[in-house]
Amino acid sequence: MLRMGRYRNDPAALDALVQADRVHRDVYLDPELFQLEMERLWSRAWIYAGHESQIRNEGDYLTLEIAAQPLVVLRHGDGSVRVLVNRCAHKGTRLVGEQAGNCGKTLRCPYHAWTYRLDGSILNIPLSQGYDGTRLAETEAWRGLAAVQNVATYRGFIFVRLSPQGLAFREYFGASLSSIDNLADRSPEGELEIAGGCLRYLHNCNWKMFVENLNDTMHPMIAHASSAGTARKLWEGKPADAPKPMAIEQIAPFASDYKFFDDMGVRVYPHGHGFSGVNFSIHSSYAALGGYEALMKKAYGEERARNILGTVRHNTVYYPSLTIKGAIQSIRVARPLAADRTLIESWTFRLKGAPDGLLERTVTYNRLINSPMSIVGHDDLQCYRAIQEGLAGEGNQWVSLHRNHAAGEAAELERRGELTCNGTSDVSMRNQFRAWKELMVSE
Amino acid sequence: MTEQELAKFVRREARLIDEKRFDEWLALFTDDAHYWVPAAPGQTDPLGHNSLAYEDRLLLELRIERLKSARAYSQRPPSRCLHVLQEPEAEKLDHERGEFLVRTPFLYTETRGDESQRSAATAWPTLVNLDGGLRIRLKRVDILNCDAALPSIQLFL
Repeated sequence: MLRMGRYRNDPAALDALVQADRVHRDVYLDPELFQLEMERLWSRAWIYAGHESQIRNEGDYLTLEIAAQPLVVLRHGDGSVRVLVNRCAHKGTRLVGEQAGNCGKTLRCPYHAWTYRLDGSILNIPLSQGYDGTRLAETEAWRGLAAVQNVATYRGFIFVRLSPQGLAFREYFGASLSSIDNLADRSPEGELEIAGGCLRYLHNCNWKMFVENLNDTMHPMIAHASSAGTARKLWEGKPADAPKPMAIEQIAPFASDYKFFDDMGVRVYPHGHGFSGVNFSIHSSYAALGGYEALMKKAYGEERARNILGTVRHNTVYYPSLTIKGAIQSIRVARPLAADRTLIESWTFRLKGAPDGLLERTVTYNRLINSPMSIVGHDDLQCYRAIQEGLAGEGNQWVSLHRNHAAGEAAELERRGELTCNGTSDVSMRNQFRAWKELMVSE
Repeated sequence: MTEQELAKFVRREARLIDEKRFDEWLALFTDDAHYWVPAAPGQTDPLGHNSLAYEDRLLLELRIERLKSARAYSQRPPSRCLHVLQEPEAEKLDHERGEFLVRTPFLYTETRGDESQRSAATAWPTLVNLDGGLRIRLKRVDILNCDAALPSIQLFL
C-alpha cells in the first residue's frame, strides 16, 4: 500500500489533481481517493436517498448505503421522513436487511431485541435493570439509533447530507431544481410515483465515468454506432409506411450527428449540477401518446402545458448521485462501491393522472438503454472499462477536459449563477470537477 | 407432439445460441414472438414493469446484427456462452391448439477474455405447432437472481 496517506494530509496534492481543463488519472484509480470521496464528497454533498412514493405509510422503509454508511429511510407516524443509521446501538447489528418493507411502529433488533421508536430513540431493552449503575446511560448507545439530521424532500425526492457541515439544500442545488420540477409537472396532478421496479446494473468502473458520460455528447455517434447505427440501418430497410415502433423511436436518435448534439446545448450551475438538451434532445421527436396532451392542457392551461412539454432535456446531473431524464420520467442513481466498481440503479415513474402509455414508454426506454442486457449499455460500459484499464499507461497521467474551455469560465459561472454552452463542450465535466475539488480539499 | 420432440427442440435451440448460429436461432421464432427476461421474481407484466429484456423479432434482429458489427467494441474480444440444460419437461400440453409450455432449468456461463460469469435460470418457452413444425412464440427466462446487481449479459440466455 505504497500510496496510502498520499492525499489525506496533503491538501496541496489533492488540489493539484484538478486543473481548470484536465484532471489527474488518480481521481479514477486511487483507492485512497475513493475512501476520501466517501468521507468528504459523498458525506458533504446532498445525496439522493429515495422517493416519498416508496414509503407512503407509517413504518414503510428503504435501506441503502451512502458513503459506506448503512441507512434506513422510513416514514414516521407523524408523516415525516426519517433517516437513521441502520446499526443497533447495542452490538452494532444492522437492524433491517431488506431493500424495502414495513417495520410497523418500531424497529427491533433480531439479536437481543433492543427496540426503537421510528425516531431512533430506545423504546425497550430486555432486562434493562442489568444496566442499572453501569455507564451505559452516559454513552451514545443510550441515545438509540443515530439520526441523520439533514434530510430534505423536494417534489417527493428525498436527499440527505450526512455531514453536519455543508451547504443548505436550496443553496446546494439552486436553479438546477427546475429539471425535477419539469419531471413532476409532467404529471397532470403534479405528482410522481416510482413504478415498475428497478434495473440494477453493476459497472466495473469508477462512478465519475458514468456521471460524466451523461452529458458527454461527443460519444453517442461513435460508441453507439454498433447499436443505434445498426438500428437506423435496420429500420431504413423496412417498408416506408410501416408504423415506427417505440423502441426504434428511442434508440435511433443516439446515432444523431455532431451538429445535432452541438445544437442541443448544455447548461451548468454552481456545485457540479447541469444538464444537456437546453434547446431540444434525443427525446424531442417522440410521437404523442393517446390523450396525454389534452389532459395536460386541461390541468395547466394551454400555454403552461406547452411550456412543460416543450422542455425536453436530455440528462440532468444532480451531482454526484442523481441523474434524471425528465422527458421520459426516469432516473439513474450512482452508488459507488469501490474505485473501480459502481452500481447504477435505474428507476421509472408513473405520472399520476397520465395514461398508462407513458409508463410503458419509460419502461421500454429503461430496458433498452439501462438494463444489464442493454446493447447501448454494453457500448458505454466497454468504454468506461477501457478507460479504467488504459489510464494505467505511462507517458500521460492526465485526462483532457479541454473542449471549448475559455479562461474565466468559473468566474463567469460564479457571477451569473448559470452558464449555457454549445452541446459538445466539456463544460459539464469541468463543472463537476470544480465541485469535486470544493468538497474534497478542505479537511 | 411428444415430450421427447419438445425436449429435442429445446436442446437444439440452446445449442444454436451456444454455437452462435443466431440467424438460424431467430428463424425458430414466430413473427409475433417475444424473448423475455423479467427483472423481478414472479413478474407478470412485461409492459408496465421493468425487464432485463423484452424483445420482439425486430429487436432480436438488431441484437444479432450488432453482434456482427465490426464496431461492437464490447465484443472485442467476443463473448462465448454455454447452456447446460436439465432435461426439459412439458409443463402444459394443449394438443388441440398446438401450444406447449416447456420448463427447462439450466446453468448459463458467459465468458469474455479472462472474465467468466454464471447464472442459474429456468427457461419457459411457449412453443407452437406451425405449418407442421415447432416454433417459439414466447421464450421467458427467469434468472434466479434477476433482481440482483448484475454485470453485462451480452448473449442470449
